[in-house]
Amino acid sequence: MREVAVIGVSMIKFGRYPDRDVSQLAAQAGHEALRDAGVEMKAIESLYSGNLYATSGSGQRILQQMGQTGIPVINVANACATGSTAFREAYFAIASGAYDIVMAVGSEQMGKQGLLGSRGDPATSLEGRVGSYMMPAVFGMAGMEHSKQYGTQQEHFALASVKNHFHSTQNPLAQYQRESPLDEVMNGRMIAYPNTLLMCCPTGDGAAAAILCSMDKARQYTTQPIKVAASVLTSDPYTDRDLTLPDINTLTRNAARIAYEQAGIGPEDLSQVELHDCFATAELLHYENLGLCEEGMAGKHIASGAPWIGNRIPTKYQEDVAPFQDKTYKPKTTTVVNASGGLLSKGHPLGATGVANIAEIVWHLRGQAGARQVEGSKVGMAHVIGLCSACTLNILQK
Amino acid sequence: MTLRSHGCGSAACALSMVNRRKKKEESSLAETAAPELRPLVPYLTLGETRDKDFLNGSRCTKCNTNYVGPRLYCSKCSSEGPFEPIRLSPEGEVHVWTIIHQATPYVQAPYIAAIVDLPEGVSVNTNIVGIEPKPENMNFGMKVKMFTEKVSEDREGNSYVAYRFQPA
Repeated sequence: MREVAVIGVSMIKFGRYPDRDVSQLAAQAGHEALRDAGVEMKAIESLYSGNLYATSGSGQRILQQMGQTGIPVINVANACATGSTAFREAYFAIASGAYDIVMAVGSEQMGKQGLLGSRGDPATSLEGRVGSYMMPAVFGMAGMEHSKQYGTQQEHFALASVKNHFHSTQNPLAQYQRESPLDEVMNGRMIAYPNTLLMCCPTGDGAAAAILCSMDKARQYTTQPIKVAASVLTSDPYTDRDLTLPDINTLTRNAARIAYEQAGIGPEDLSQVELHDCFATAELLHYENLGLCEEGMAGKHIASGAPWIGNRIPTKYQEDVAPFQDKTYKPKTTTVVNASGGLLSKGHPLGATGVANIAEIVWHLRGQAGARQVEGSKVGMAHVIGLCSACTLNILQK
Repeated sequence: MTLRSHGCGSAACALSMVNRRKKKEESSLAETAAPELRPLVPYLTLGETRDKDFLNGSRCTKCNTNYVGPRLYCSKCSSEGPFEPIRLSPEGEVHVWTIIHQATPYVQAPYIAAIVDLPEGVSVNTNIVGIEPKPENMNFGMKVKMFTEKVSEDREGNSYVAYRFQPA
Protein backbone atom coordinates (compact mmCIF):
# COMPACT_ATOMS: atom_id res chain seq x y z
CA MET A 1 0.00 0.00 0.00
CA ARG A 2 1.28 3.44 -0.94
CA GLU A 3 1.32 6.50 1.29
CA VAL A 4 -1.62 8.80 0.61
CA ALA A 5 -1.75 12.58 1.01
CA VAL A 6 -4.56 15.12 1.12
CA ILE A 7 -3.50 18.05 -1.06
CA GLY A 8 -6.68 20.09 -1.22
CA VAL A 9 -9.84 20.56 0.85
CA SER A 10 -12.92 22.75 0.95
CA MET A 11 -16.19 23.17 2.76
CA ILE A 12 -19.01 25.53 1.90
CA LYS A 13 -20.68 27.26 4.82
CA PHE A 14 -23.29 24.88 6.19
CA GLY A 15 -26.81 26.29 6.37
CA ARG A 16 -29.90 26.41 4.21
CA TYR A 17 -29.77 26.87 0.47
CA PRO A 18 -33.41 26.65 -0.68
CA ASP A 19 -32.54 28.27 -4.04
CA ARG A 20 -29.78 25.84 -4.98
CA ASP A 21 -29.65 22.23 -6.04
CA VAL A 22 -27.54 19.84 -3.95
CA SER A 23 -25.32 19.06 -6.96
CA GLN A 24 -24.53 22.77 -7.21
CA LEU A 25 -23.51 22.85 -3.55
CA ALA A 26 -21.34 19.77 -4.10
CA ALA A 27 -19.83 21.17 -7.32
CA GLN A 28 -18.87 24.37 -5.52
CA ALA A 29 -17.10 22.34 -2.85
CA GLY A 30 -15.35 20.26 -5.53
CA HIS A 31 -14.29 23.32 -7.49
CA GLU A 32 -12.92 25.05 -4.38
CA ALA A 33 -10.98 21.91 -3.38
CA LEU A 34 -9.39 21.81 -6.85
CA ARG A 35 -8.36 25.45 -6.45
CA ASP A 36 -7.02 24.76 -2.98
CA ALA A 37 -4.90 21.92 -4.39
CA GLY A 38 -3.90 23.81 -7.53
CA VAL A 39 -5.18 20.92 -9.64
CA GLU A 40 -7.22 20.98 -12.86
CA MET A 41 -10.40 18.94 -13.16
CA LYS A 42 -8.87 16.96 -16.02
CA ALA A 43 -6.18 15.64 -13.65
CA ILE A 44 -8.79 13.91 -11.47
CA GLU A 45 -8.92 10.20 -12.29
CA SER A 46 -11.93 9.12 -10.23
CA LEU A 47 -14.70 10.66 -8.11
CA TYR A 48 -16.18 9.30 -4.86
CA SER A 49 -19.44 11.01 -4.01
CA GLY A 50 -21.11 10.67 -0.63
CA ASN A 51 -24.77 11.64 -0.47
CA LEU A 52 -27.45 9.93 1.57
CA TYR A 53 -30.73 11.28 0.22
CA ALA A 54 -29.85 11.58 -3.50
CA THR A 55 -27.69 8.43 -3.55
CA SER A 56 -27.91 7.16 -7.11
CA GLY A 57 -26.20 9.46 -9.59
CA SER A 58 -25.15 12.05 -7.01
CA GLY A 59 -21.56 12.05 -8.30
CA GLN A 60 -22.51 12.12 -11.97
CA ARG A 61 -24.68 15.16 -11.29
CA ILE A 62 -21.68 16.89 -9.68
CA LEU A 63 -19.64 16.31 -12.84
CA GLN A 64 -22.52 17.61 -14.97
CA GLN A 65 -22.08 20.84 -13.01
CA MET A 66 -18.29 21.09 -12.91
CA GLY A 67 -16.74 19.05 -15.70
CA GLN A 68 -17.84 15.88 -17.51
CA THR A 69 -14.47 14.29 -18.03
CA GLY A 70 -15.89 10.79 -18.24
CA ILE A 71 -14.03 9.44 -15.22
CA PRO A 72 -15.37 6.59 -13.05
CA VAL A 73 -17.84 7.74 -10.40
CA ILE A 74 -18.64 5.79 -7.26
CA ASN A 75 -21.69 6.90 -5.29
CA VAL A 76 -21.59 6.10 -1.61
CA ALA A 77 -24.27 5.91 1.09
CA ASN A 78 -23.40 4.85 4.63
CA ALA A 79 -25.69 6.69 7.06
CA CYS A 80 -23.95 9.63 8.77
CA ALA A 81 -20.60 8.09 7.79
CA THR A 82 -21.44 8.56 4.10
CA GLY A 83 -18.90 11.32 3.36
CA SER A 84 -16.13 9.72 5.36
CA THR A 85 -16.75 6.37 3.66
CA ALA A 86 -16.43 8.12 0.27
CA PHE A 87 -13.13 9.57 1.53
CA ARG A 88 -11.97 6.12 2.58
CA GLU A 89 -12.80 4.66 -0.83
CA ALA A 90 -10.77 7.49 -2.40
CA TYR A 91 -7.94 6.70 0.01
CA PHE A 92 -7.90 3.04 -1.07
CA ALA A 93 -7.95 3.99 -4.74
CA ILE A 94 -4.66 5.82 -4.24
CA ALA A 95 -3.14 3.45 -1.66
CA SER A 96 -3.72 0.46 -3.93
CA GLY A 97 -1.91 2.16 -6.80
CA ALA A 98 -4.99 2.19 -9.04
CA TYR A 99 -4.93 6.00 -9.37
CA ASP A 100 -2.60 8.87 -8.52
CA ILE A 101 -5.09 11.66 -7.90
CA VAL A 102 -8.79 11.46 -7.03
CA MET A 103 -11.57 13.53 -5.49
CA ALA A 104 -13.97 12.79 -2.62
CA VAL A 105 -17.07 14.95 -2.20
CA GLY A 106 -19.70 14.79 0.52
CA SER A 107 -22.97 16.66 0.15
CA GLU A 108 -26.51 16.81 1.50
CA GLN A 109 -29.58 18.97 1.27
CA MET A 110 -31.94 18.35 4.17
CA GLY A 111 -33.85 21.62 4.09
CA LYS A 112 -35.94 22.36 7.12
CA GLN A 113 -37.37 18.89 7.50
CA GLY A 114 -36.59 17.70 10.95
CA LEU A 115 -35.79 14.10 11.64
CA LEU A 116 -38.94 13.91 13.63
CA GLY A 117 -41.47 13.49 10.85
CA SER A 118 -43.57 10.35 10.93
CA ARG A 119 -42.59 7.67 8.45
CA GLY A 120 -44.90 5.37 6.59
CA ASP A 121 -48.49 4.67 7.53
CA PRO A 122 -49.28 6.25 10.92
CA ALA A 123 -51.61 3.31 11.68
CA THR A 124 -48.80 0.76 11.68
CA SER A 125 -45.84 2.91 12.75
CA LEU A 126 -44.04 1.76 15.89
CA GLU A 127 -42.60 5.18 16.64
CA GLY A 128 -43.89 6.42 19.99
CA ARG A 129 -46.05 3.31 20.46
CA VAL A 130 -43.36 0.71 21.06
CA GLY A 131 -40.65 3.02 22.34
CA SER A 132 -38.84 5.49 20.11
CA TYR A 133 -36.40 4.75 17.30
CA MET A 134 -35.45 8.26 16.30
CA MET A 135 -32.03 9.72 16.92
CA PRO A 136 -32.98 11.93 19.91
CA ALA A 137 -34.21 8.82 21.75
CA VAL A 138 -31.18 6.72 20.80
CA PHE A 139 -28.70 9.32 21.97
CA GLY A 140 -30.75 10.29 25.00
CA MET A 141 -30.65 6.66 26.12
CA ALA A 142 -26.95 6.28 25.23
CA GLY A 143 -26.26 9.19 27.59
CA MET A 144 -28.48 7.67 30.27
CA GLU A 145 -26.45 4.45 30.09
CA HIS A 146 -23.38 6.51 30.98
CA SER A 147 -25.25 8.18 33.84
CA LYS A 148 -26.33 4.76 35.06
CA GLN A 149 -22.77 3.43 35.04
CA TYR A 150 -20.85 6.47 36.25
CA GLY A 151 -23.32 8.96 37.70
CA THR A 152 -22.73 11.47 34.92
CA GLN A 153 -25.03 14.47 35.37
CA GLN A 154 -27.04 16.32 32.75
CA GLU A 155 -24.76 19.34 33.30
CA HIS A 156 -21.68 17.34 32.28
CA PHE A 157 -23.29 16.55 28.94
CA ALA A 158 -24.48 20.15 28.61
CA LEU A 159 -20.86 21.36 28.92
CA ALA A 160 -20.12 19.76 25.53
CA SER A 161 -22.71 22.12 24.07
CA VAL A 162 -21.21 25.11 25.92
CA LYS A 163 -17.72 24.23 24.66
CA ASN A 164 -18.65 23.56 21.06
CA HIS A 165 -20.84 26.65 20.73
CA PHE A 166 -17.96 28.65 22.23
CA HIS A 167 -15.56 27.21 19.64
CA SER A 168 -18.01 27.94 16.80
CA THR A 169 -17.82 31.69 17.33
CA GLN A 170 -14.47 31.56 15.51
CA ASN A 171 -15.69 29.39 12.63
CA PRO A 172 -17.27 31.46 9.83
CA LEU A 173 -18.31 28.24 8.02
CA ALA A 174 -20.44 26.98 10.91
CA GLN A 175 -24.22 27.04 10.51
CA TYR A 176 -24.53 28.68 13.95
CA GLN A 177 -21.86 30.86 15.55
CA ARG A 178 -23.55 31.75 18.78
CA GLU A 179 -22.34 31.08 22.32
CA SER A 180 -24.61 29.32 24.79
CA PRO A 181 -23.74 29.55 28.49
CA LEU A 182 -24.59 26.58 30.72
CA ASP A 183 -27.88 27.97 32.07
CA GLU A 184 -29.13 28.66 28.54
CA VAL A 185 -28.34 25.09 27.50
CA MET A 186 -29.91 23.60 30.64
CA ASN A 187 -33.04 25.75 30.42
CA GLY A 188 -33.57 25.13 26.73
CA ARG A 189 -36.58 23.24 25.41
CA MET A 190 -36.26 19.55 26.25
CA ILE A 191 -36.05 17.28 23.20
CA ALA A 192 -35.28 13.84 24.67
CA TYR A 193 -33.91 13.72 28.20
CA PRO A 194 -31.14 14.61 28.96
CA ASN A 195 -30.62 16.47 25.66
CA THR A 196 -32.19 19.92 25.34
CA LEU A 197 -32.50 21.76 22.03
CA LEU A 198 -28.97 23.22 22.21
CA MET A 199 -27.61 19.73 22.86
CA CYS A 200 -28.92 18.49 19.49
CA CYS A 201 -27.26 19.23 16.15
CA PRO A 202 -29.28 21.13 13.56
CA THR A 203 -30.28 19.79 10.15
CA GLY A 204 -29.17 21.72 7.10
CA ASP A 205 -27.51 21.78 3.71
CA GLY A 206 -23.82 21.64 2.91
CA ALA A 207 -20.94 20.16 0.98
CA ALA A 208 -17.23 19.51 1.42
CA ALA A 209 -14.52 18.03 -0.78
CA ALA A 210 -10.98 16.67 -0.62
CA ILE A 211 -8.34 15.96 -3.25
CA LEU A 212 -6.21 12.90 -2.48
CA CYS A 213 -2.90 12.10 -4.13
CA SER A 214 -0.10 9.59 -3.78
CA MET A 215 2.52 11.00 -1.40
CA ASP A 216 5.29 10.67 -4.00
CA LYS A 217 3.39 12.94 -6.40
CA ALA A 218 1.93 15.28 -3.76
CA ARG A 219 4.92 17.62 -3.66
CA GLN A 220 4.30 18.58 -7.28
CA TYR A 221 1.21 20.38 -6.02
CA THR A 222 1.87 21.51 -2.46
CA THR A 223 4.57 22.16 0.09
CA GLN A 224 2.23 20.97 2.82
CA PRO A 225 0.90 17.52 1.92
CA ILE A 226 -1.13 16.03 4.78
CA LYS A 227 -0.54 12.32 5.29
CA VAL A 228 -3.46 9.96 5.80
CA ALA A 229 -1.92 7.88 8.59
CA ALA A 230 -4.96 5.66 9.13
CA SER A 231 -8.33 5.19 7.48
CA VAL A 232 -10.66 2.78 9.23
CA LEU A 233 -14.26 1.66 8.88
CA THR A 234 -16.11 -0.68 11.23
CA SER A 235 -19.66 -1.98 11.58
CA ASP A 236 -21.35 -3.04 14.78
CA PRO A 237 -20.27 -6.40 16.17
CA TYR A 238 -22.83 -8.52 18.00
CA THR A 239 -23.54 -7.08 21.43
CA ASP A 240 -26.30 -7.99 23.84
CA ARG A 241 -28.74 -5.15 23.34
CA ASP A 242 -27.79 -3.82 19.94
CA LEU A 243 -30.97 -4.94 18.21
CA THR A 244 -32.98 -2.74 20.53
CA LEU A 245 -30.55 -0.05 21.68
CA PRO A 246 -28.03 0.73 18.95
CA ASP A 247 -24.54 0.35 20.41
CA ILE A 248 -22.53 3.39 19.35
CA ASN A 249 -19.60 2.49 21.59
CA THR A 250 -18.22 -0.91 20.64
CA LEU A 251 -17.70 -0.20 16.95
CA THR A 252 -16.01 3.12 17.78
CA ARG A 253 -13.68 1.35 20.21
CA ASN A 254 -12.87 -1.28 17.59
CA ALA A 255 -12.16 1.43 15.02
CA ALA A 256 -9.93 3.33 17.48
CA ARG A 257 -7.87 0.24 18.25
CA ILE A 258 -7.26 -0.41 14.56
CA ALA A 259 -6.60 3.24 13.71
CA TYR A 260 -4.02 3.76 16.48
CA GLU A 261 -2.27 0.58 15.39
CA GLN A 262 -2.25 1.62 11.71
CA ALA A 263 -0.90 5.08 12.52
CA GLY A 264 1.53 3.80 15.16
CA ILE A 265 0.36 6.38 17.70
CA GLY A 266 -1.80 6.57 20.81
CA PRO A 267 -4.55 8.96 21.86
CA GLU A 268 -2.02 11.06 23.80
CA ASP A 269 -0.33 11.91 20.47
CA LEU A 270 -3.47 13.50 19.02
CA SER A 271 -3.38 17.30 18.93
CA GLN A 272 -7.07 17.39 18.11
CA VAL A 273 -10.14 15.37 17.20
CA GLU A 274 -13.27 16.26 15.28
CA LEU A 275 -15.73 13.75 16.73
CA HIS A 276 -19.35 12.95 16.04
CA ASP A 277 -21.26 15.13 18.52
CA CYS A 278 -24.66 14.72 16.87
CA PHE A 279 -25.95 15.09 20.44
CA ALA A 280 -24.07 16.43 23.47
CA THR A 281 -24.35 13.04 25.17
CA ALA A 282 -22.44 11.40 22.28
CA GLU A 283 -19.43 13.68 22.69
CA LEU A 284 -18.76 12.47 26.22
CA LEU A 285 -19.15 8.79 25.32
CA HIS A 286 -16.63 9.18 22.52
CA TYR A 287 -13.98 10.68 24.85
CA GLU A 288 -13.84 7.23 26.40
CA ASN A 289 -14.39 5.29 23.18
CA LEU A 290 -11.41 7.04 21.57
CA GLY A 291 -9.25 6.75 24.69
CA LEU A 292 -9.04 10.52 25.26
CA CYS A 293 -9.82 9.94 28.94
CA GLU A 294 -10.08 6.97 31.29
CA GLU A 295 -13.29 4.92 31.58
CA GLY A 296 -16.07 6.81 33.33
CA MET A 297 -14.07 10.06 33.44
CA ALA A 298 -15.75 11.87 30.52
CA GLY A 299 -17.69 14.24 32.79
CA LYS A 300 -14.56 15.19 34.72
CA HIS A 301 -12.61 15.45 31.49
CA ILE A 302 -14.81 18.09 29.89
CA ALA A 303 -15.01 20.05 33.14
CA SER A 304 -11.19 19.97 33.47
CA GLY A 305 -10.83 22.16 30.40
CA ALA A 306 -8.59 19.67 28.56
CA PRO A 307 -10.70 19.29 25.37
CA TRP A 308 -11.29 23.04 25.04
CA ILE A 309 -9.16 25.16 22.67
CA GLY A 310 -6.17 26.28 24.76
CA ASN A 311 -6.82 23.33 27.14
CA ARG A 312 -8.57 25.55 29.65
CA ILE A 313 -12.05 26.73 30.55
CA PRO A 314 -12.51 30.32 29.32
CA THR A 315 -12.55 32.77 32.25
CA LYS A 316 -16.18 33.77 31.69
CA TYR A 317 -17.34 30.16 32.11
CA GLN A 318 -15.13 29.20 35.05
CA GLU A 319 -17.76 29.95 37.66
CA ASP A 320 -20.38 27.86 35.80
CA VAL A 321 -18.05 24.90 35.38
CA ALA A 322 -16.51 24.93 38.90
CA PRO A 323 -19.26 22.83 40.60
CA PHE A 324 -18.64 20.01 38.10
CA GLN A 325 -14.87 19.99 38.38
CA ASP A 326 -12.75 17.52 40.26
CA LYS A 327 -9.56 19.34 41.23
CA THR A 328 -7.74 16.04 41.70
CA TYR A 329 -8.51 14.88 38.13
CA LYS A 330 -5.45 14.67 35.87
CA PRO A 331 -6.47 14.63 32.18
CA LYS A 332 -4.98 11.71 30.25
CA THR A 333 -4.76 13.79 27.05
CA THR A 334 -4.77 17.44 26.04
CA THR A 335 -6.43 16.62 22.73
CA VAL A 336 -8.69 19.51 21.68
CA VAL A 337 -12.13 18.25 20.68
CA ASN A 338 -14.33 19.84 18.02
CA ALA A 339 -12.43 23.09 17.49
CA SER A 340 -14.81 23.70 14.56
CA GLY A 341 -17.78 23.96 16.90
CA GLY A 342 -18.72 20.36 16.20
CA LEU A 343 -21.90 19.14 14.61
CA LEU A 344 -23.78 20.95 17.39
CA SER A 345 -22.86 24.34 15.86
CA LYS A 346 -21.35 23.58 12.48
CA GLY A 347 -24.43 21.64 11.41
CA HIS A 348 -24.81 18.10 10.16
CA PRO A 349 -25.82 17.80 6.51
CA LEU A 350 -25.44 14.03 6.65
CA GLY A 351 -23.32 13.19 3.59
CA ALA A 352 -21.19 16.33 3.91
CA THR A 353 -20.16 15.83 7.53
CA GLY A 354 -17.45 13.19 7.07
CA VAL A 355 -15.52 15.18 4.49
CA ALA A 356 -16.00 18.49 6.32
CA ASN A 357 -14.37 16.99 9.44
CA ILE A 358 -11.34 16.08 7.35
CA ALA A 359 -11.17 19.59 5.87
CA GLU A 360 -11.20 21.04 9.39
CA ILE A 361 -8.30 18.87 10.53
CA VAL A 362 -6.31 19.68 7.37
CA TRP A 363 -6.70 23.43 7.95
CA HIS A 364 -5.37 23.09 11.51
CA LEU A 365 -2.42 20.94 10.44
CA ARG A 366 -1.53 23.57 7.82
CA GLY A 367 -1.93 26.37 10.38
CA GLN A 368 -4.81 27.92 8.40
CA ALA A 369 -7.63 27.66 10.95
CA GLY A 370 -7.65 31.36 11.85
CA ALA A 371 -8.78 32.40 15.33
CA ARG A 372 -9.77 28.83 16.27
CA GLN A 373 -6.33 27.41 15.36
CA VAL A 374 -5.16 24.65 17.68
CA GLU A 375 -1.61 25.80 18.36
CA GLY A 376 1.08 23.56 16.95
CA SER A 377 -1.38 20.92 15.74
CA LYS A 378 0.58 17.95 14.36
CA VAL A 379 -1.83 14.99 14.34
CA GLY A 380 -5.60 15.07 14.08
CA MET A 381 -8.39 12.55 13.91
CA ALA A 382 -11.78 12.76 12.23
CA HIS A 383 -14.46 10.49 13.70
CA VAL A 384 -17.93 9.82 12.33
CA ILE A 385 -20.58 7.34 13.36
CA GLY A 386 -23.68 6.52 11.40
CA LEU A 387 -26.44 4.52 13.00
CA CYS A 388 -27.18 0.95 12.10
CA SER A 389 -24.05 1.28 12.26
CA ALA A 390 -20.88 2.51 10.60
CA CYS A 391 -17.89 4.15 12.24
CA THR A 392 -15.07 5.81 10.33
CA LEU A 393 -11.81 7.10 11.76
CA ASN A 394 -9.26 8.97 9.69
CA ILE A 395 -5.96 10.02 11.26
CA LEU A 396 -4.19 12.86 9.48
CA GLN A 397 -0.60 13.86 10.05
CA LYS A 398 1.46 16.89 9.14
CA MET B 1 -29.33 8.22 9.77
CA THR B 2 -31.91 5.54 9.15
CA LEU B 3 -32.42 3.11 11.97
CA ARG B 4 -33.66 -0.41 11.94
CA SER B 5 -37.37 -0.07 11.44
CA HIS B 6 -37.90 -1.76 14.78
CA GLY B 7 -36.08 -3.77 17.33
CA CYS B 8 -36.60 -7.33 16.18
CA GLY B 9 -33.72 -7.52 13.70
CA SER B 10 -33.71 -7.75 9.95
CA ALA B 11 -34.38 -11.47 9.59
CA ALA B 12 -37.53 -11.16 11.63
CA CYS B 13 -38.56 -8.17 9.54
CA ALA B 14 -38.11 -10.28 6.46
CA LEU B 15 -40.33 -12.99 7.90
CA SER B 16 -43.05 -10.57 8.86
CA MET B 17 -42.94 -8.98 5.40
CA VAL B 18 -43.45 -12.37 3.83
CA ASN B 19 -46.34 -13.12 6.16
CA ARG B 20 -47.95 -9.76 5.51
CA ARG B 21 -47.64 -10.21 1.77
CA LYS B 22 -49.27 -13.62 2.02
CA LYS B 23 -52.08 -12.17 4.05
CA LYS B 24 -52.55 -9.39 1.54
CA GLU B 25 -52.81 -11.86 -1.32
CA GLU B 26 -55.34 -13.93 0.58
CA SER B 27 -57.41 -10.92 1.53
CA SER B 28 -57.44 -9.59 -2.02
CA LEU B 29 -59.12 -12.82 -3.09
CA ALA B 30 -61.98 -12.31 -0.71
CA GLU B 31 -63.98 -9.29 -1.89
CA THR B 32 -64.93 -7.98 1.54
CA ALA B 33 -62.34 -9.03 4.09
CA ALA B 34 -63.55 -8.62 7.64
CA PRO B 35 -61.46 -6.17 9.70
CA GLU B 36 -58.79 -7.97 11.69
CA LEU B 37 -57.08 -7.51 15.01
CA ARG B 38 -53.34 -7.52 14.33
CA PRO B 39 -50.20 -7.28 16.47
CA LEU B 40 -48.23 -4.07 15.74
CA VAL B 41 -44.97 -6.05 15.87
CA PRO B 42 -44.30 -9.60 14.66
CA TYR B 43 -42.91 -10.61 18.05
CA LEU B 44 -46.22 -10.03 19.81
CA THR B 45 -48.51 -13.08 19.76
CA LEU B 46 -52.18 -12.30 20.28
CA GLY B 47 -54.31 -14.61 22.40
CA GLU B 48 -58.10 -14.93 22.68
CA THR B 49 -58.18 -11.97 25.03
CA ARG B 50 -55.63 -9.25 25.78
CA ASP B 51 -54.53 -10.91 29.03
CA LYS B 52 -53.46 -13.96 26.95
CA ASP B 53 -51.12 -11.94 24.69
CA PHE B 54 -47.39 -12.59 25.00
CA LEU B 55 -44.06 -11.62 23.45
CA ASN B 56 -42.44 -14.37 21.44
CA GLY B 57 -38.81 -15.10 20.85
CA SER B 58 -36.48 -17.71 19.48
CA ARG B 59 -33.42 -19.53 20.75
CA CYS B 60 -30.47 -20.52 18.60
CA THR B 61 -29.94 -24.18 19.45
CA LYS B 62 -26.27 -23.92 18.36
CA CYS B 63 -25.11 -21.16 20.72
CA ASN B 64 -28.14 -20.70 23.01
CA THR B 65 -28.52 -17.02 22.17
CA ASN B 66 -32.07 -15.80 22.62
CA TYR B 67 -33.72 -13.33 20.29
CA VAL B 68 -36.88 -11.29 20.29
CA GLY B 69 -39.15 -12.56 17.52
CA PRO B 70 -38.47 -15.14 14.85
CA ARG B 71 -35.03 -15.49 13.22
CA LEU B 72 -33.66 -17.05 10.05
CA TYR B 73 -29.99 -17.02 11.12
CA CYS B 74 -27.99 -16.25 14.25
CA SER B 75 -26.15 -12.91 14.16
CA LYS B 76 -23.94 -14.06 17.03
CA CYS B 77 -22.69 -17.46 15.80
CA SER B 78 -23.74 -17.06 12.12
CA SER B 79 -25.42 -20.49 12.12
CA GLU B 80 -28.85 -21.28 10.70
CA GLY B 81 -29.95 -22.50 14.09
CA PRO B 82 -32.27 -24.35 14.09
CA PHE B 83 -34.29 -21.94 16.19
CA GLU B 84 -36.64 -23.04 18.89
CA PRO B 85 -39.61 -20.75 19.66
CA ILE B 86 -39.68 -19.36 23.19
CA ARG B 87 -42.25 -17.44 25.16
CA LEU B 88 -40.79 -14.27 26.71
CA SER B 89 -41.57 -13.27 30.26
CA PRO B 90 -43.99 -10.37 30.78
CA GLU B 91 -41.82 -9.11 33.64
CA GLY B 92 -38.60 -7.18 33.22
CA GLU B 93 -36.34 -4.39 34.43
CA VAL B 94 -35.73 -0.94 32.95
CA HIS B 95 -32.20 -0.83 31.53
CA VAL B 96 -32.29 2.79 30.31
CA TRP B 97 -34.94 5.36 29.59
CA THR B 98 -35.45 8.78 28.12
CA ILE B 99 -38.35 11.17 28.11
CA ILE B 100 -39.41 12.20 24.63
CA HIS B 101 -40.74 15.74 24.50
CA GLN B 102 -40.58 16.29 20.74
CA ALA B 103 -42.67 13.45 19.35
CA THR B 104 -43.98 12.40 15.99
CA PRO B 105 -47.31 14.17 15.27
CA TYR B 106 -49.74 11.34 16.12
CA VAL B 107 -48.12 10.61 19.50
CA GLN B 108 -48.79 12.54 22.65
CA ALA B 109 -45.68 13.91 24.38
CA PRO B 110 -44.00 13.85 26.79
CA TYR B 111 -43.76 10.10 27.17
CA ILE B 112 -41.21 7.65 28.54
CA ALA B 113 -39.33 5.53 25.99
CA ALA B 114 -37.21 2.77 27.47
CA ILE B 115 -35.22 -0.38 26.90
CA VAL B 116 -36.50 -3.18 29.13
CA ASP B 117 -34.36 -6.24 29.86
CA LEU B 118 -36.26 -9.52 30.11
CA PRO B 119 -35.09 -12.52 32.16
CA GLU B 120 -34.39 -14.49 28.95
CA GLY B 121 -31.42 -12.18 28.28
CA VAL B 122 -33.14 -10.18 25.56
CA SER B 123 -34.33 -6.60 25.61
CA VAL B 124 -37.20 -4.74 24.00
CA ASN B 125 -37.99 -1.17 23.09
CA THR B 126 -41.12 0.05 24.80
CA ASN B 127 -43.14 2.87 26.28
CA ILE B 128 -43.40 2.96 30.06
CA VAL B 129 -46.85 4.11 31.11
CA GLY B 130 -48.63 4.56 34.41
CA ILE B 131 -46.02 7.01 35.75
CA GLU B 132 -45.82 10.73 35.18
CA PRO B 133 -42.97 11.23 32.67
CA LYS B 134 -40.48 13.03 34.90
CA PRO B 135 -36.81 12.09 35.48
CA GLU B 136 -37.32 11.95 39.26
CA ASN B 137 -39.96 9.22 38.83
CA MET B 138 -37.62 6.93 36.94
CA ASN B 139 -35.05 4.46 38.27
CA PHE B 140 -32.59 2.23 36.48
CA GLY B 141 -33.43 -1.38 37.20
CA MET B 142 -37.05 -0.53 38.02
CA LYS B 143 -39.34 -3.60 37.86
CA VAL B 144 -41.99 -3.41 35.16
CA LYS B 145 -44.75 -5.65 33.78
CA MET B 146 -46.08 -5.94 30.24
CA PHE B 147 -49.64 -5.43 29.09
CA THR B 148 -51.18 -4.97 25.65
CA GLU B 149 -53.79 -2.66 24.23
CA LYS B 150 -55.23 -1.52 20.95
CA VAL B 151 -53.29 1.53 19.75
CA SER B 152 -54.42 2.28 16.21
CA GLU B 153 -56.72 1.47 13.32
CA ASP B 154 -55.98 1.61 9.59
CA ARG B 155 -58.23 2.77 6.74
CA GLU B 156 -59.60 -0.74 6.17
CA GLY B 157 -60.71 -0.86 9.78
CA ASN B 158 -58.04 -3.28 10.98
CA SER B 159 -56.98 -2.70 14.58
CA TYR B 160 -53.41 -2.90 15.88
CA VAL B 161 -52.37 -4.09 19.30
CA ALA B 162 -49.10 -2.98 20.93
CA TYR B 163 -47.37 -4.00 24.13
CA ARG B 164 -46.37 -1.53 26.80
CA PHE B 165 -44.86 -1.79 30.25
CA GLN B 166 -45.97 -0.33 33.56
CA PRO B 167 -44.47 -0.43 37.06
CA ALA B 168 -44.85 -3.93 38.49
